[in-house]
Amino acid sequence: MLGSGILKGLAVTAKNFVGSYHNPARMVTQEYPDVQPQLPANYRNFPFLVTENATDPMGTMRCVACQICEKECPPQCIYIEKSKDKKPDANGKLQLYPAVFDIDTAVCMSCQLCVEVCPFDAIKMDHVFAIAATNRFSGLLLNREELAKPNTYFHEIRPDEAAEVDGRLAAERAAAEEKAKAAAAAKATAATATKPATGGAAAP
Amino acid sequence: MRAVHDEFHGDLLEVSMGPQHPSTHGVFRMVVTLDGEQIVKLKPVFGYLHRNHEKIAESTSYLSSMPYTDRLDYLCSMSNNWAYALAVEKLGGLTVPDRAQYLRVIMAELTRLVNHSCLVGFLFNDLGTSFTPLLYAFREREKILDLFESLSGSRMMCNYQRFGGCRVDPPPAWLAAASALVDNFPRFLDEYETMLTGNEIMLARTQGIGPMGAAQAINAGITGPCLRATGVDYDLRKVDAYGFYPRFNFRVPLGAHGDTYDRYMMRILEMRESVKILQQAFRELPAGPIMDPKAKLRGFRPKVGEAYGRLEGPKGELGFYLISDGSTNPWRYRVRPPSLINLTLLEELCLGRTIADAVVILGSIDIVLGEVDR
Amino acid sequence: MIVPASPDPAKPDLSTPPVAENSLASALPPFSPSAILPRLLARFPAATIELVPNPGPAAEHSLLLDAAHAREIATFLRDDDMLRLDYCSNATGIDWPEKEIVDTVKKSVPDPAGGPDKVVEEKTKRIQPGYLETVYHLYSMARKHGPVILRLRTENRNDRIFLPSLTPVWKSCDFQEREIFDLYGIVFLGHPDLRRLLMWDGFKDHPMRRDYVAPDDFEWEPTPHGSVLDRAKGHYPKTEGLNS
Ligand code: SF4
Ligand code: SF4
Repeated sequence: MLGSGILKGLAVTAKNFVGSYHNPARMVTQEYPDVQPQLPANYRNFPFLVTENATDPMGTMRCVACQICEKECPPQCIYIEKSKDKKPDANGKLQLYPAVFDIDTAVCMSCQLCVEVCPFDAIKMDHVFAIAATNRFSGLLLNREELAKPNTYFHEIRPDEAAEVDGRLAAERAAAEEKAKAAAAAKATAATATKPATGGAAAP
Repeated sequence: MRAVHDEFHGDLLEVSMGPQHPSTHGVFRMVVTLDGEQIVKLKPVFGYLHRNHEKIAESTSYLSSMPYTDRLDYLCSMSNNWAYALAVEKLGGLTVPDRAQYLRVIMAELTRLVNHSCLVGFLFNDLGTSFTPLLYAFREREKILDLFESLSGSRMMCNYQRFGGCRVDPPPAWLAAASALVDNFPRFLDEYETMLTGNEIMLARTQGIGPMGAAQAINAGITGPCLRATGVDYDLRKVDAYGFYPRFNFRVPLGAHGDTYDRYMMRILEMRESVKILQQAFRELPAGPIMDPKAKLRGFRPKVGEAYGRLEGPKGELGFYLISDGSTNPWRYRVRPPSLINLTLLEELCLGRTIADAVVILGSIDIVLGEVDR
Repeated sequence: MIVPASPDPAKPDLSTPPVAENSLASALPPFSPSAILPRLLARFPAATIELVPNPGPAAEHSLLLDAAHAREIATFLRDDDMLRLDYCSNATGIDWPEKEIVDTVKKSVPDPAGGPDKVVEEKTKRIQPGYLETVYHLYSMARKHGPVILRLRTENRNDRIFLPSLTPVWKSCDFQEREIFDLYGIVFLGHPDLRRLLMWDGFKDHPMRRDYVAPDDFEWEPTPHGSVLDRAKGHYPKTEGLNS
């Protein structure tokens, strides 16, 4: 019968229309500013810099200004200037730190490549998406102070990844300590031993 | 709009449709010459979204182009990523572990579901059913995009595939959710089809409209569902047997008339086949690594040579042609955009028809301007 | 560079294709260039056709045609029953600018003092002229095989930039050749509608050429990055936010 196809279609829309008032699975609209969205842990927006310590963010930044992310960033929105001096990092090793670290979020395309290439787990993707600013130039160019966020925050937004990173870093740290200890011990034995003629002792 | 005079037709009217027009799917423009209501000439005008993606890619490293491929056909970033990864793997001679191969198939077929369901929605928009079918499609698409987001971090710009594997391994909870979604998808398709396929207005406005001949389509390089709607059995998943597709049981639906209705049905039928592929993939997904341990992302320098990698994207054959001169940047990086080349026959299909039909024909070809203009 | 980029036939790697052609020809798939080449040479004795090897892992070698016979050969490839290359998937341009090549030849020079011969390296510099190239990837939908890759080269990059259009053979080249014309500036003779595709009509240059210089007339983001910074400063003398 001509028109039966249209009637069938109308029946479907009628069913959905009624369902949208009763069926919770159909009530998908979120009252956004009042109800904040539940973001999945993997959600990425713009990068932030991880610091070990919330009280001294500039002193405990993980970033060592190696500039790998700057080089790899596809739209070239990262700008880093290395420090002239060195500061001890969490392992106690002297490292450079970024004197300037800017990310232009007006240009950043949230691709996460900087996170992937960073060998020091220093840069991670943030969940903050409400970044509207009145000045597109200075308002969206984030400097190192604005980018720095403590590790606890990282744990908050991505618990699994943060735990994994912490575990890995702790293991590295332990290994480094072990090595330092072993080296110290080897040195000590080498010192106590009578000087060998080869002079090349303590080379573990 | 302006009046033009033609010796043969007499007084004609030239209408510029677009670039800002709701039916041209983005910033696409057609200069249509009308004789009364009939189209006597139709010239597509491109370039409003041109950003010279190829030049950008030639001046960055192989890895850095990956997120840019997301932005080609922004509905299908997963397939774009895969096509690029495929070409780079061919260029560098990389292998891909089994689990990653399965994940790629899963992502590509989910993408096909997203693309085809939305295309059908957009097609009905063009037919004048303002937004109901599209929103039904978006409801399902949203679920798939949520899955993409929780896996890759972004709904549309997934940036998920890497040369030699995939970026993130989905946890079991993700796989369970995706598998449940896929199992429920045929119910949505049934509902969708009940709503749309039998609709008499749709039948009257699509059947016999814009028919394409098989030989004509082949010569014009039409690929994907538009080609198969003409009855040509050419699906790269079968022909090239790339990835792990030979392991999957699925059929390639074929049309007979190559008209708008066949192009519509092709999408619906392909979605049903994709569901089958996905169900099989979730059943068989092996454990294991997702990256080739030899693959090197940063400072990747393939040997001197060239490669053309192509795959069956939701819109047709998506190809990447790369030439390496041994440095970290490709010497030549070329995208073979199915959306652009599928438009080759647009004028032929529309001649003699009305503007309203031209809109429907364009809608059934399925273009995304991010890919047409690059 | 992959393509033995020199049109100079004396260059050794051109004359020795990497695949043994004659002995293996029967075992090769019909679409492999080494199988096609002898057939083409027999059929078009006046044409110069070369095999361009691809040293990469993909090992898809291509055929370099001369412009004069390109369309005839293309039509033959399309209609030949064994090949039936009815589908031209991809057509693209490549720019190969002028390049300086240093050839090193080792010579042994007899020592006048009567000792053993000395090996002297002689370096000769030559300028390899630049050219523009188009590449066509052909497949057969009827026979489901491919690719066969065709290359065409212009004589130089400035004024002898004419190539025959293959659009009359494969309509799929229509937009792609227009794009090549637009972005590389190759003029396709016999193209039915050769206009710019992506850039606007009044645009002068060809942006995909390697020596293209982008105009400095668009709005710069003040990304404080190297040269961009300098240019941004030029555009916005008092840019705020550059807190470096
Ligand atoms: S964020 Fe990471 S990659 Fe970037 S400079 Fe700092 S340490 Fe290096
Ligand atoms: S997310 Fe991508 S674009 Fe943004 S700073 Fe990192 S690398 Fe650059």
